[in-house]
Formats: sequence, structure tokens, C-alpha cells
Amino acid sequence: MNEIGLTHILFVSTMLFFIGVYGFLTRKNMITMLMAVELILNSVNINFIAFNKYLYGDKLDGLFFTIFIITIAAAEAAVAIAIIINLYRNLKSIDVDDADIMKF
Amino acid sequence: MSSLNIVLIPLLPLAVFLLLGLFGRKYLSKFAGVIATFSVAVAAFLSLSTAYSYFFITGKTEGVYQKLEVMKFTWLQFAPNISIDMGMLIDPISVMMLVVVTFVSLMVHVFSLGYMKGEARYATYYAYLGLFTFSMLGLVLSTNIFQIYMFWELVGVSSFLLIGYYFEKPSAVAASKKAFIVTRFADLGFLIGILILGFNAETLDFGTLIQRLTDPTSTYLQGSVASSFLGISSLTWGLVMVFLGGAGKSAMFPFHIWLPDAMEGPTPVSALIHAATMVVAGVYLVARLFPVFSFDVAALDVVTYVGAFSAILAAVIACTQTDIKRVLAYSTMSQIGYMMFSLGVSRYGGEHGLGYMASMFHLFTHAFFKSLLFLGAGAVIHMVHSNEMSDMGGLRKSMPITHITFLIACLAIAGVPPFAGFFSKEEILLAAFHSNKLIYVLALFTSGLTAFYMFRLYFSIFWSKETQHTTDAHHDEHDHGEGTLSMKIPLIILGICAISSGFVPIASWITSDGLPLETHIDMAFSVAPVALGLGGILLALFLYKKANPRPDTIATSMGGFYRAAHRKFYMDELYLFITKKIIIKLVGRPAAWIDKNIVDGFMNFIAAVTALFSELIKGLQSGKLQQYAAYYFAGVLCFVLLFIYLWH
Repeated sequence: MNEIGLTHILFVSTMLFFIGVYGFLTRKNMITMLMAVELILNSVNINFIAFNKYLYGDKLDGLFFTIFIITIAAAEAAVAIAIIINLYRNLKSIDVDDADIMKF
Repeated sequence: MSSLNIVLIPLLPLAVFLLLGLFGRKYLSKFAGVIATFSVAVAAFLSLSTAYSYFFITGKTEGVYQKLEVMKFTWLQFAPNISIDMGMLIDPISVMMLVVVTFVSLMVHVFSLGYMKGEARYATYYAYLGLFTFSMLGLVLSTNIFQIYMFWELVGVSSFLLIGYYFEKPSAVAASKKAFIVTRFADLGFLIGILILGFNAETLDFGTLIQRLTDPTSTYLQGSVASSFLGISSLTWGLVMVFLGGAGKSAMFPFHIWLPDAMEGPTPVSALIHAATMVVAGVYLVARLFPVFSFDVAALDVVTYVGAFSAILAAVIACTQTDIKRVLAYSTMSQIGYMMFSLGVSRYGGEHGLGYMASMFHLFTHAFFKSLLFLGAGAVIHMVHSNEMSDMGGLRKSMPITHITFLIACLAIAGVPPFAGFFSKEEILLAAFHSNKLIYVLALFTSGLTAFYMFRLYFSIFWSKETQHTTDAHHDEHDHGEGTLSMKIPLIILGICAISSGFVPIASWITSDGLPLETHIDMAFSVAPVALGLGGILLALFLYKKANPRPDTIATSMGGFYRAAHRKFYMDELYLFITKKIIIKLVGRPAAWIDKNIVDGFMNFIAAVTALFSELIKGLQSGKLQQYAAYYFAGVLCFVLLFIYLWH
């Protein structure tokens, strides 16, 4: 137990992933759900970094992917917030259960 | 005889049809009649000049009239040896028909100038007449049995359009439908006949077909006689089927039911289409294929008996009808029956071909006096505004020209010498006498009946009730006299033709083999038909000259027979019974039941199952985002577990 290994980091990222999933499935506030999605994305980022460092230490591919994912996540967050704002204008609420008009 | 002239004859009416059909209603409604009449006049002139040069200058080679192909091109090539050609065939009968069609068409065009004046769809009427004239001329000039079939159908279409010209009248619509369906049904037989003959002769061209099927040594003829179906050779089947199409167009029994109803069309149209030209297309068709028919006695017998039966049936019905146009329609049917059985009793060549010549002769003369009768009836209807005989009577003073010309036509059709009908009917009776006594007796009796019902018509219109119309106050408002000059001129010209056309030497021009035929009127032989004709006229004079109760007493004493004849021997009812009670009930209803219950039922069952299933699972689409996400993760989890399981 003298050095932090791949398993530890994967353990952290798995924790982060399931916290995200849990948050996404249980929180009713859409902003919070968005934050949960960010957690999931970050767990993926951690995986990329960890695998890159421990398995292919001489390459940078994982890092580049991480940078891309962060960029996309930023864009996605912007879109998501725009949608949420529009939903709020229509429904006067950002509770996800109120946005259930798209059904049979 | 230049071929350009002949090509122009059918193309002029076609051009009129296109011009008036496209622009007539908007731009040319004033001049439509004049344009159409002028172009048909040119066509008639070209036809007469063609006839002159064919019969007197170019037609003969070594004393025999030849079949000349003026123009021909391949239109559809199916196989190396089977093609459909388009062309123009000039031979004695087609030249005669050219003259008859264009001349009668011209008369009808002129007559219509007055008769149809003020109609809302004046230009359309002339466009249809142009279409009809074009298709009839195309039919007459066909070089090819398939080409004749196409023009045959075009003639049917234009007849349909003209019968239904007054389409706001339900009876006209029903009549046009009836005419179209009945003739179309008969044309199915024609098509089958074409296919059988074409299959046997391996050609559709008239010249080649006749050559191949009349040479006893040819393999084509032997093959078509050898192969048989139901004990009848395929040649006979083919010819009988072709005759079936002809019988439909020519209103022979049992396809005659459409002709009386076709009288719903404007009267000049009846004169052109349903008296002089289109209805003789069946006779023309049999005459066109006559060399082949003459090789097959069985098929000729069918033609003979159908023709003779139609002639007498129509004559009996005509005696009981009260609508003047219907009387004329049945008389047309009866006269066409004459032409048919005359072809039937004829054989090929020389003296035996007398019936063929007589049939063509009668076709020629009949065209003039029958179109005259119809145009005269049109003038009467124009004045009286009714088709019923009971509304007429005593018209001889107010319509002198119509009266005289109608009388001439009646004398012509009754076969009184020296009017046209006498000569042609004499030849027909002579031909029948020499080959089949039964037919001769039937024809003689029909000839007496013809004289009777024609003069019944004549006396009822022009005599009967004296001067009733001139004292009628209501009459003065509608008085337009006898009609315009354009209505009188055709009557006079056709009247002259009805007297003189019997003297046209058809016998030296139109014979089965192209050689002139010596004919002579045998005085002793003429006694019987002329006496019967005069007897019929006298009987009509006695019964109908003055209104009296005698006709009614005779009608009641005839009892059931009179009623049956008056109701046209229940043919319409029989057709309705067959179609409604038998075909619709036994075939149509079960087929509809299968379609509704089994075919549709299967489809409905599938749809119902789908609907039920989707009703069950539609609750899954709840609109709740987090539920969807939960399903998604559950799904992923399942896959993960599956992969883990498979990994080990």
C-alpha cells in the first residue's frame, strides 16, 4: 500500500460514475441533474487519464481525448442550460417531473 | 388519284376535331359549324374525285378491280413476321364507303347548322362530329385487322360522346353507357377473333391474311381447319368471333338493345351514326373479310341466320313502337339484318357472289334514304318538340318539303319501283331465293312489314289528325316553320339521292371478286315483293290515314303478342334479369362477400392485434425523463451482466 495504483483510481472513477447516475435518477431539479451528468463525464475523463498514464505512459492520446471531452461537455452544458431556460419560460418550473408533456 | 388526296380525306375531320375541341368553345363558337362543314365538304369532294378516278381510270387491271395500298408504314413490330401497320387501303368497298361516309356526314353537318343552332355546346358538337367522321374514315380505309379494331373503338367512343351529348338528361347518360358497354362487350369477341385469325394466318394484314386463308394448299388454312375446339374448327371460331364484334356494332340480335336507346342523341347524329355509317361497320367488316368467310359455310350460316332473325324481329317490334326515332332505329336494325343475311347467303365469285354485291348495294342506297328519314324526323321533332307519334299528325301542309322528301324515303325503303330501295332489295331477295328458300320467305315477309310500319309512321306524322297543329294557339309562339334553309337543302339533296341511287351501277363496280357482274331485273320475280310492299302501304293507309279506333282494336285482338312486341319482346328485361339476378346475385355477391369478409377481414384482424398490443405497452412512454434513464441504465446493466456471464 505504498503507491497509488490503477485500481485505486478506477475505484474513484467508478464511485464518481455511480454517484452521477444516482444523482441523475433521483434529483428533480434539472440543474442538479446536469451537474450529475458532468460527474459521469468526469469519471470517464479520469479513466482516460489513468489508462493513459499506467498502460501507455509514452503516449498522449488519453490526454487529448480528455481535453476534447471537457470542451464538448462545456458546449453540452450550454445547450442544456438553454433548454432548461426555455422549459422554465414555458412551464415556470425546472422540476423534471413537470416536463412530461411528451407522451402518448 | 393522288395518295395525298386520300390521306387528306380522314385528316381534314381530324384537324377540325382538334381545332374545335381545343379552341372551339372559347374562340370559335360562332364559326364552328361553318368551319366543320367546309372541311367535310372538301373531304366529300376529294372522296368523289377518288371514287371517280378509282372506278373509271386507275382501279382496274385487266378488267379486275384491284386492292391498292395507298400508304403504309410499320407502326408496331412485335416479331420479325408480326407487325401492326398503319395504312390506307383502296378497293371498291372502301371507296364506296368513303363516298357514303363523307357525303352523309356533309349532309348532317349542313342540317345541323340549322338544327343545333343556339345550343350551348355548339362547337363541341361539331368537334365530336369531326372525331366521328375521322374515325369512321380511318375504319373504312384500314389495311390491317388491328388498325380496323382501333378505329372501331374510336368510332365507339365518338358514338358514346354523341349519344350522351345532352348529358344533363339522365336517360341520355344511361343510353350512352348502355351503348358503350354492349358494344364493348361484343368487341371482346372481335378481339378474340382477331387473335385467333392472326394466330392462324401469322399476319394481321388484310391482303396477306385473305391470301393465306383462302388458298386450299396453304399450310395456314389447313392448320386452322384442322385444329378445333368443341368440335368447331378454329377458323370458324375466329370468323364467328369477328362477326360477334360486327353484330355488336351493327345492332344484330342479341346485341341490338343499345340501338333504340341510342336515339337519345341529337337527331342528326342518329342519322349519321346510328343509321347510315357506324352501324353498317359490322356489315363492312364481314364484307372486308368476305373471301375468308366464303370458305367457311358454318360461319356464313351464323351470319345468315342472325341477320335474318334480326331483320324480322326488328320489323315486328317497329310496328308497335310509338316514338318515331325508335321506329326508325328498329327499321335500321331490320335493314342491316338484310345486308347481313345477304352476305351470308352469298358465295365467292361470279354469279354466286350476287349476295355480296346486293348487300353492298343495299348499304349504299340505305345510307341515303335512312339518313333522309332521320333528318326528316329531326325536322319534325324540331317543329313539334316531341318524339311521340300521338303529338304529331296533319303536318303535310305546314312542312311541305319534309313531307315530300319523307314520302320519297318511305317509298324507297318500302321497295317501290323506281326508288332506290327497290333495286337493292330486289337483288337481296334474288340472292336469297337462289340459295335458301327459308331466308327468302322471311325476307319477303319482312319486306311487307317494312312497308307497313314505314307508312304507319308516314301517315301518323303527316296525315292522321287534320290541321290540328295550325289551330293550336300554343303553336304560334314556337313557330319556326319548317326550319331554316340549311335544314331543307340536305333533305332535298338526299331525296334526289334516294330516287337516283338505285340506278348507280354498283354491280359493275363492287363484286366479291372484282369482276363486273351482269344483273337484270326480272319482272316476274319482282311481282311478289312489290305486291307485298304495296299491300303493306295500303294496310297502313287503311289503318292510319285518319285517326280511327281500328289500330287499337287490332292491337287488343292480338293480345299478348302485341304487348310482347311493344315491350320489345322483353329483351331489356331479359338482360336485366341475367345481369341483376344471375350475374350479380350468383357471382357478384359471393365475390363481394369474400372480399369484404375474408380479404378485408384478414387485414382488419392484423390491424386489431397490433392496436391491442400497442394499447398494452403505450404506458411505457410516460414522458418522465428519469424513468427513461432508469430503463436505460437497467438495460446497460443487463448487458454488463450478460457479458460478464459470457466471459467466464
